[in-house]
Amino acid sequence: MDLVADKRDDLLVVTVEGDRIDAAGAIEFKERMREAIETESERVILDLSNVVFLDSSGLGAVVAVMKLLSPARKLELSGLTPTVAKVFRLTRMDSVFLIHPTLTDGLRKAS
Amino acid sequence: MACAKQAEGVGDRGVTRFEIDSDPFAVRAGVREFLACLKGCGMDATALGTAELVMAEVLNNIVEHAYADFGGTIEVLVHPQGAHVLVEVADRGLPLPCGSLPGRCLPPMDLVDGLPEGGFGWFIIQELASDLAYRRKDGRNHTSFCLPLQTDR
Repeated sequence: MDLVADKRDDLLVVTVEGDRIDAAGAIEFKERMREAIETESERVILDLSNVVFLDSSGLGAVVAVMKLLSPARKLELSGLTPTVAKVFRLTRMDSVFLIHPTLTDGLRKAS
Repeated sequence: MACAKQAEGVGDRGVTRFEIDSDPFAVRAGVREFLACLKGCGMDATALGTAELVMAEVLNNIVEHAYADFGGTIEVLVHPQGAHVLVEVADRGLPLPCGSLPGRCLPPMDLVDGLPEGGFGWFIIQELASDLAYRRKDGRNHTSFCLPLQTDR
């Protein structure tokens, strides 16, 4: 699973290039994210607009990344596709993460 | 809802059966095969998204818990039933703890450090599937559930 990290001033944007974060890919996702967030930044946005499927293992991995960043940084999310948004809504995790409708919205908030 | 509780008996025309090895990558391929089958039954895109999630969670539970120690094969049967499909999943792994489905609840959500990284699977299944049933018979786990073909039932 490829992640692309892009540092923009105080903001680190990590884009998931793969289309799913499932049980088969959750551990790799977590490891790649661990590497990506070594870059210092004030904020981190994880852009999920390419991800069409995320199961509870994938959700657990995203939560784990949030814990890795805590307490210095918070994990923000953007671009949740319908099935991914459903998982966050069902599990009430939409109340835990700051979720931007699109990456552009997240970037706008930065300026 | 027009979904029968069990698949035994009449009206099982067009049943699709396939087997999936107890492995996360085999599950990924198996879910793809399951979705192709449901698409062939006329399931719409939103309902397919829900079906993918339910099936992935059911299969992941089997891989991670029932077959955690020794692996094995998972059997899937898809029965089209009018506006629904009845799905039966069977394995020869360990039974569910307590021999029954867990309660329909989310894990505790204490802030950040205490946030749960697991324990969502059965909750998601119970929220999204109907007629969810589990029984242990002849050394096998049998889990069945219903999914609508159209999003607006």
